Amino acid sequence: MVEMVSRPYAGAFEKYAVANPEVLCLSADLTSSCEVDGFRDRHPDQFISLGMAEQNMMSFAGGLGLAGFRPFLHTFGVFLYRRPYDQLMASVAYPRRKVRLMGFLPGITTPGGMTHQAIEDISVMRSIPNMTILETGDATEVESICEAADSIDGPVYCRVLRGSVPRLFDTPIKVGEMRELAHGADVLIVTAGITTEEALRARAALEASGVSVRHLHLHTIKPFNAQALLDHIASVRHGVVTLENHVTEGGIGSLVAETMADAGVGKRLIRLGLKDTYAHGGSKPYLMRFYGLDALALTRGVESLIGQPLGISEDDLDAARVDAVHSLVKAEAL
Amino acid sequence: MLNSKTTDAVALGIRRRVFEHSIRNNGGYMSQACSAAEQIAWLYNEELKLGQPTLPMIPKPFGGVPSASNPDYHTGAGYNGPAAPQFDRLFIAPAHYALVAYAALIEVGRMAPEGLDMFNKDGSSVEMIGAEHSPGMEVHNGTLGIGLSTAAGLAWGRKRRGEPGRVWVFMSDGEVQEGQTWEAVQAAAYHGIDNLYAIMDVNAQQCDGAMSSVMEVGDIRAKLELFGARAIDIDGHDLDAMRQAVAEPHDGRPLIILAHTSPFRGMSFLERRFPRLHYVRFKSEQERVEMNTEIARELGVEPVAYGEH
Ligand SMILES: Cc1ncc(C[n+]2csc(CCOP(=O)(O)OP(=O)(O)O)c2C)c(N)n1
Repeated sequence: MVEMVSRPYAGAFEKYAVANPEVLCLSADLTSSCEVDGFRDRHPDQFISLGMAEQNMMSFAGGLGLAGFRPFLHTFGVFLYRRPYDQLMASVAYPRRKVRLMGFLPGITTPGGMTHQAIEDISVMRSIPNMTILETGDATEVESICEAADSIDGPVYCRVLRGSVPRLFDTPIKVGEMRELAHGADVLIVTAGITTEEALRARAALEASGVSVRHLHLHTIKPFNAQALLDHIASVRHGVVTLENHVTEGGIGSLVAETMADAGVGKRLIRLGLKDTYAHGGSKPYLMRFYGLDALALTRGVESLIGQPLGISEDDLDAARVDAVHSLVKAEAL
Repeated sequence: MLNSKTTDAVALGIRRRVFEHSIRNNGGYMSQACSAAEQIAWLYNEELKLGQPTLPMIPKPFGGVPSASNPDYHTGAGYNGPAAPQFDRLFIAPAHYALVAYAALIEVGRMAPEGLDMFNKDGSSVEMIGAEHSPGMEVHNGTLGIGLSTAAGLAWGRKRRGEPGRVWVFMSDGEVQEGQTWEAVQAAAYHGIDNLYAIMDVNAQQCDGAMSSVMEVGDIRAKLELFGARAIDIDGHDLDAMRQAVAEPHDGRPLIILAHTSPFRGMSFLERRFPRLHYVRFKSEQERVEMNTEIARELGVEPVAYGEH
């Protein structure tokens, strides 16, 4: 059974911010939803409440950057780029302010529907010059995200997991690297965030049906180590399958496609994720199944890559974790 | 539609349904029912001119998102009747009030009680954060602060077309923290959009707690007036005050009724949870039992017999 860690961000942020007084905690009325309520209560001098006003928060953070502070912005991922996109460009990204954008509830990890689901954030952020993008896939990465983000000389957008988070790794994020989780020779699987756990669920079944899997987990999406990826692609026979909690345009699937095209790699690529569609409200396992983001969808992707059925069914996959709809580690039902 | 209940009865019915739903489901947007019950009841039961619902009493399952390959897509607006020229339109701007709005639809006979059982269930259109395919919704408003602008645009368009129907928005006070709200008022005043009406639930609450402890917004009425709206402060639990306020002349200006409310009206027990009222989840089984007993008594119903949830 995988170890579950409760609210890893809460403790990690507090520890990091207390040790770094130029770090400020900014919040837009989602303080407990972003697990910084304890920090607010214990360190009010390092906390700035900005209300439900994200555009102002973004440019305000730019100003704090000018004053030599390193603001960490806390809200749901969507509210860090959809409404305040212009402010993000002009006040933060262009002047390379050291603003740390902590985006909670990435992709379909929220039942809040279209308005709450950041499904194109990576695509948007990848196209912003000067932006760094990190994504957490387990509790250890959440615990190390503050230090990793704050090491960036410029703005950084992070997809942060919250609540009850599985521990999959035992080493912190090393910005610019990627994790090699399996070293097989047939198929390369590339995942990030919550889809990594799905790939881990599928691995035994894939191996049992004779597919030798190489698996990469990305926590650093931009900048990206293209050569490392190309080396991995060179060591597999068939090609690559990407699985992302994001639309397949502009995210890690596109990143891999661009890397392959730039280098003239002639192998096949299957990109799994949201296929040019919005999502809707529902539980995470339901949405992952509905939109083909789960372990089963991944095995189908591998089948299509190698061009032969593997006969893998739900029963062959490692059990999915089912999060409680109501749990004390969540501030609300979102 | 003929209203067979008094508006007071509808408001009580809304509180009861939201209470029962929340006890059963181990939590819910209860304080929003406390503060907004009269406003939504008043809108649906007497003020809005709406036609007969055009969608089935028992909501259809989620039917996909808008796309060229989904030609049968439709919104949930049909629960408010057809979009005919003579009828009013309503937007629930803070979409997390959906539970309250669904309860109101049931109370006024526009949706079957089964609709609430589908709330936040996988594959259902009755979403927790009202989506545009959810009953009674016509657009997505889960990103707060966009509702009044949409309504202003629709109202301008209807005016241009000579339609007599009005456009109403139910708003929350948290929305005044968003700059867009002020841009909407400014535009509505500039363009003389007086077929635009809003009622705002001024419960002085937001996610983090009391608004004064998160971001002070000051005198909303004075600010709205300066931006060019006609704005009136009323007791948001007083139906007669609503009836009077809506009669206020407001030529060339939108009318915005500021309904000052209590977030624990009708469920006094919730006061113990102040200032964390945004989403009420029971801290323990003990608290759930206590709330079930106390609130049921106050609302004049039997405690909810819930199973293992
Ligand atoms: C643009 C935007 N920012 C943040 C949120 C998250 N959020 C949902 S409700 C809410 C504030 C709640 O305050 P209010 O609107 O007054 O509603 P009430 O307290 O009456 O429930 C926030 C910040 C959101 N939905 N949209």
